[in-house]
Amino acid sequence: MDRRYFQPTTVEETVGILAEHPGADVVAGGTDLVVGARSGKRPLGETLVAIHDVYELRGIAERPDGGLHLRALVSHDELEAHPVVRGRWSALADASALVGSPATRASGTLGGNLANGSPAMETGSPLLVFDATVELVSRQGRRDLPISELLQGPGTTARRPDELVIGVVLPPLPAGSVGSAYVRLEYRRAMEIAVVGAAALLALDDGGRISDGRLALTAVAPVCLRVPAAEAILAGADPTGEAIAEAAAAAAGAAKPIDDVRGSAAYRLAMVPVIARRALELALRRARGETLPVPAARALESGDH
Amino acid sequence: MRYPATLTVNGVPYPVEIEPSASLLQVVRDVIGLTGSKEGCDDSECGACMMLLDGKPVNSCSYLALQAAGREITTVEGLSDGDELHPLQQAFLEEGGVQCGFCTPGMLISASALLRSSPSPSDEEVRIALGGNLCRCTGYDGIVRAVQRAAKEMAGSRSN
Repeated sequence: MDRRYFQPTTVEETVGILAEHPGADVVAGGTDLVVGARSGKRPLGETLVAIHDVYELRGIAERPDGGLHLRALVSHDELEAHPVVRGRWSALADASALVGSPATRASGTLGGNLANGSPAMETGSPLLVFDATVELVSRQGRRDLPISELLQGPGTTARRPDELVIGVVLPPLPAGSVGSAYVRLEYRRAMEIAVVGAAALLALDDGGRISDGRLALTAVAPVCLRVPAAEAILAGADPTGEAIAEAAAAAAGAAKPIDDVRGSAAYRLAMVPVIARRALELALRRARGETLPVPAARALESGDH
Repeated sequence: MRYPATLTVNGVPYPVEIEPSASLLQVVRDVIGLTGSKEGCDDSECGACMMLLDGKPVNSCSYLALQAAGREITTVEGLSDGDELHPLQQAFLEEGGVQCGFCTPGMLISASALLRSSPSPSDEEVRIALGGNLCRCTGYDGIVRAVQRAAKEMAGSRSN
């Protein structure tokens, strides 16, 4: 194959190339695209558009409204280390800290994680509980999609082939004392993806009640998804162990897991309430002002390693 | 088609012509001829191919060589100072962190990235930093000890 390679330096140049070369593969860190080609999952496209030099796609910026703007080339190690992400959007820092290995986290980008659209993607559930909006640009213009609309199925997103993911907007956090966490079930700590994952966000009012409770699940359905039934139980409740257990149990109703090499559907289904409960408990500890490690699951471990 | 590019490996610029799909590992080993970095799994699981790209670890088997043009690439050959071993290399020898040696170049590169950003890591931090590097024979305890020994020696030589 006579493969072509482009290395644009602006978004305008990039979307021009995508418009002229339908089906071109956009590559940033290559941790899904190139790894997938090496392992035989899917060959590289005829046209490669390497966007690592598009500097306007770099950086994390706080927004005047209290939200956060994450550009597409932000890497997982940047998310893991960023003080504002760790402190306020903690579930996202947890998720990025769990991705692959230090090398994966240094190369792999947020935009790539979104465009790849894996049901086991670590950033999916945190972005769902933060009500994130994904920014897409093509030569036709710009459109913003809620993350829940971007994710369509395993490896399928609403991104058109001529569109580029340029960033993610996190709106301001809800009022009150807010904590969030992402945890996953895993067989080893590195180079692993979630068997089951869950992200939780809890906002507490002055009386300590849950004014806003959110829960999303990873790797138990064709896409990461929010669990309205669990959130209805949390809203207005006292954050007791019983309320959290009840919400976590309700999460199983949203799960439609599959059997695969990582686990059977039955095992995944049985683990959903366990992982959901852990995420809710860790989010509650953060909402109450406790500083937990990143990733948060490390607070549940004992021993040296 | 092939694209001309300059890869700067261990401070030396190498003008090369590269197919878009060629991995950084293929070009460094087969075109440039530096064979310290190894091909193990060839899909980013094992870490034997680990290099530094602008100071950060990268699985070079699954990174496009063209994307590394114009950036600073470091391989295991770049760690020693002439015939003088890097403190990490010396410590791997002394602590028994090497058996067959196939994973060693990647281990050394990941460990060197860790010690750049965290000069006195905990054992936990060492294990996290080496999480993308598999060893199938000597085991990890000697490797962790070696990284800690090198960290102490490097701290000592800085304070002298």
